[in-house]
Amino acid sequence: MTPPLLSAPLLSAPLLSVRDLTVTFRAEGRTQAAVDRVGFDVAAGEVLGIVGESGSGKSVTALAVMGLLPANGRVASGEILFEGTDLLRLPARKMRDLRGRRIGMIFQEPMTSLNPVFTIGDQIVETIVHHERLGRRAARERAVDMLARVGIPSARRRLDDYPHQMSGGMRQRVMIAMALACSPRLLLADEPTTALDVTIQAQLLDLLNDLRREFGMAVVVITHNMGVIAEFADRVAVFYAGRVAEEAPVEPLFDRPAHPYTRGLLASTPRLDADAERLVTIPGAMPNIAAPPPGCRFAPRCGVKVEACEADRPPLVAVGDGHRAACIRAGEAAA
Amino acid sequence: MSAADLAGRPGLLARLTPGPAVRRLLRNRAFVAGLLLFGTVAILALLAPWISPTDPNRMAVRFRFREPSWDFPFGTDNLGRNMVSRVLWGGRLSLEIGLWVVMLNAVFGVVLGAAAGYFRRLDGPLMRIADALMAFPAVLLAIGIAAALGPSVATVVIALSVVYVPRTARVLRASVMVVREQDYVQAARAAGAGDGRILFRHILPNCMAPLIVQLSFVFAYAILSEAVLSFLGLGAAPTTPSWGILIAEGRSYIREAAWLTVVPGVAIATTVLGLNLLGDGLRDVLDPRLKVDA
Amino acid sequence: MSARAPLSPNPSPPGGEGSALDAASPPPAGGRDRERGSTATTPPLLEVRGLTKHFPIRAGAIVEREVARVRAVDDVSFTVARGETLGLVGESGCGKSTTGRLVLRLIEPTAGTILFDGEDVTGLEGAALRRLRRSMQIVFQDPYGALNPRMTVEEIVVEPLVVQGGTTRADMGREARRLMDLVGLPAAHVTRHPHEFSGGQRQRIGIARAIACRPRFVVCDEAVSALDVSVQAQIVNLLQDLQKELGLSYLFIAHDLAVVRHISDRVAVMYLGNLVEVADKRTLYTAPRHPYPQALLAAVPVAHPRLRRTRPRLTGEVPSPLDPPPGCRFHRRCSLAEDVCRTEVPALRDLAPGHAVACHFAERTGGPPPAAA
Repeated sequence: MTPPLLSAPLLSAPLLSVRDLTVTFRAEGRTQAAVDRVGFDVAAGEVLGIVGESGSGKSVTALAVMGLLPANGRVASGEILFEGTDLLRLPARKMRDLRGRRIGMIFQEPMTSLNPVFTIGDQIVETIVHHERLGRRAARERAVDMLARVGIPSARRRLDDYPHQMSGGMRQRVMIAMALACSPRLLLADEPTTALDVTIQAQLLDLLNDLRREFGMAVVVITHNMGVIAEFADRVAVFYAGRVAEEAPVEPLFDRPAHPYTRGLLASTPRLDADAERLVTIPGAMPNIAAPPPGCRFAPRCGVKVEACEADRPPLVAVGDGHRAACIRAGEAAA
Repeated sequence: MSAADLAGRPGLLARLTPGPAVRRLLRNRAFVAGLLLFGTVAILALLAPWISPTDPNRMAVRFRFREPSWDFPFGTDNLGRNMVSRVLWGGRLSLEIGLWVVMLNAVFGVVLGAAAGYFRRLDGPLMRIADALMAFPAVLLAIGIAAALGPSVATVVIALSVVYVPRTARVLRASVMVVREQDYVQAARAAGAGDGRILFRHILPNCMAPLIVQLSFVFAYAILSEAVLSFLGLGAAPTTPSWGILIAEGRSYIREAAWLTVVPGVAIATTVLGLNLLGDGLRDVLDPRLKVDA
Repeated sequence: MSARAPLSPNPSPPGGEGSALDAASPPPAGGRDRERGSTATTPPLLEVRGLTKHFPIRAGAIVEREVARVRAVDDVSFTVARGETLGLVGESGCGKSTTGRLVLRLIEPTAGTILFDGEDVTGLEGAALRRLRRSMQIVFQDPYGALNPRMTVEEIVVEPLVVQGGTTRADMGREARRLMDLVGLPAAHVTRHPHEFSGGQRQRIGIARAIACRPRFVVCDEAVSALDVSVQAQIVNLLQDLQKELGLSYLFIAHDLAVVRHISDRVAVMYLGNLVEVADKRTLYTAPRHPYPQALLAAVPVAHPRLRRTRPRLTGEVPSPLDPPPGCRFHRRCSLAEDVCRTEVPALRDLAPGHAVACHFAERTGGPPPAAA
């Protein structure tokens, strides 16, 4: 069912295609699948939002794409096709070259993601020189330019600052500048605004939006915040307990969520623009991925489950244009 | 920074399978190796009165300077004393001194460290004193104290405690200062708990991991330093064999009878290596934060 | 020391401490000496006047001396009525958490007065302070750091009772089970340790501990901020249920404006150590008058992709509380700032009954409600 993408015309193929990805972790002598046969596509220039709660496997998926899984984790199966090349089969050296040049990444915690003993200028210049045939002087000019682009005032002067001399918001801007320094085709942003205040978050989302248009790059934004999704994403994949529960363009997802988990997630988010007597909750908690429930992993918390839900893994079924949900009752729920 | 930090929630996988510390310890190779090494040495030393072939001080002039052989596995010394007995009994004394130092460290290190870490007012003065003591090279300070007090087992214990208590106190102070800021300490305060309850119920139990790790290293250092002091003639009375004294005695015959220094030397090395492995294992399992990332 | 003079017995500032700062009723003048029969209105459960906390920054090789001070909380006044939830919002570093801990007497104020149930508790010590602690409790943000990992759940939740005394051993076990039941956890789990619970369950344990000695007032310091959305909703509902059941008053400190709107009756907004606006929640969320809450609300991500809009963003960042700007602390980021804002500190004054704003131009900041869909 997978066409040989290497020979297919690249224009029609997605920029990034993750297929049947399974990532396992060894902990305490046991192996458990943190990500279980997950698949999604990202088209060139598109913003895919991956939303999920802690333990949903969303961050692990991003690390797998970057080839940065921790030592006790490994990709057990699947393909990660980037511009038609399977990243999992790429030699380490090629992968290193791809990282930072073609795929950029920004993390949640901008303090630990920057090296405290080098100036931010050094770190950006390092990235540029590493990936491109550019002299240090030219790389430094590019760094100044990038810092100015991400909205750092008096960029030339701040180049010699150390990370600790900057605020959290400024450091995240530096991270963005570094990630974009080589004009990547794809940016992976793992909870890029979670550690930041709401006014700074708004500034950064605006900035990311401007930059991705300017650079024409695709973005995968990983978040637990439905607001960030509503604000920023073109398409959404909802992760639950290591699997994709639902996948849809952003508006249908908010208008007609087909998976009971997505519905619960949307309903349990308090609204800024309306008063509710009581919040809707999803009972229970995320299952332990070391011993996941059989069948649908959401079944134990689901209000509409039937017997069949606990038997087999529900397949992703189409419920609309580009809208799929892993729920055997998704069809009937679309009311 | 390790890749696990990048995973965002590195603790999650660990929390999914919360095995008891003992099981995790037994799965730690360093700890098990250390336990085997040190445990063997400790048991042999403990059993010395029953398993030594002879009294460690029994002289037998006709057996002087016997090389290691079937009859005398570790050879004999200049007075024909059986080195097996002397090393076993020497281990008793070395480990005893180490244990005393550890106990004094546990008591004074905890009291001083907790006082400095918890009561901000005491922190400055106590730590200045500790800094002053730690400014001397450890062995030099021990030599000075031992020389001043005259050679005896007590002297060695006191000298080594003076050297290592400030270090232990510093370790404890650091962890007390971390735990002091935890929310559960604030919660206890908000419930109306006094300093005593907060210290003994909430702070100290949560500082035990680094303390145990530190004490395992102190044990190792104490055994090493005891050897140095004894070697320099500042240790226990020469008739009582400790490993350090054995080495000191053997020094004069190092060309003719190398086994006299090699055997106690290997005993010390084995013990210290065992304790260090033990400490590393404990640290990895009990308190991974103390690990210095490569 | 010197800061105490102008702040403490508050000589009613221009504009007066009107009803906006008081929940429903003005506080009786006499404070602690009040007699129940003589006043028709009861005082608010909690009243804070001119609360100030400056953290000194000390340096020096041998003799330490103060080289600067962090003005974490500066002249903050508010009330919390019985059974009411006052939301306290602001960005990190605005002093909202410090305010919560000052109120609980976990840290000592530099200046200001705290009245609890009409009694001045600012200087309480020893046994009297311990007795006060029975009535005021706290729920923390981090469900992992808030519980002593070495204690069992029973030991954790009954600790306030142990400390306060007066409960027999046999009753402790029963109390622990009752508390577990109250917060929706299986009573049989009291023998377990914190690490055996999920984040949401641990937060329930923290709540059980907070209500153990039947307090009347609870500070929720970012109590649901670290939780996943679906769990967060459970805990918010639990807090509301307990409030009704036990007649609690909350000071609900949070940075999530939507959660605060959901749970609060009134909301106070802090910026750099100052209160900038206090109002009932509907007013604050639909017609805020201070430019800062306006910008804050505009910055919250939209609830639905169709509501995406370009909007004026607040530029710049919160200045350092070490060296706050003179005059109105918000003036450097404010689009309305004029000369007076750079020199004169705007007092928190009543714009309407129950609506106080600290802005020189509060009368003309009204506009379309920024958060409306």
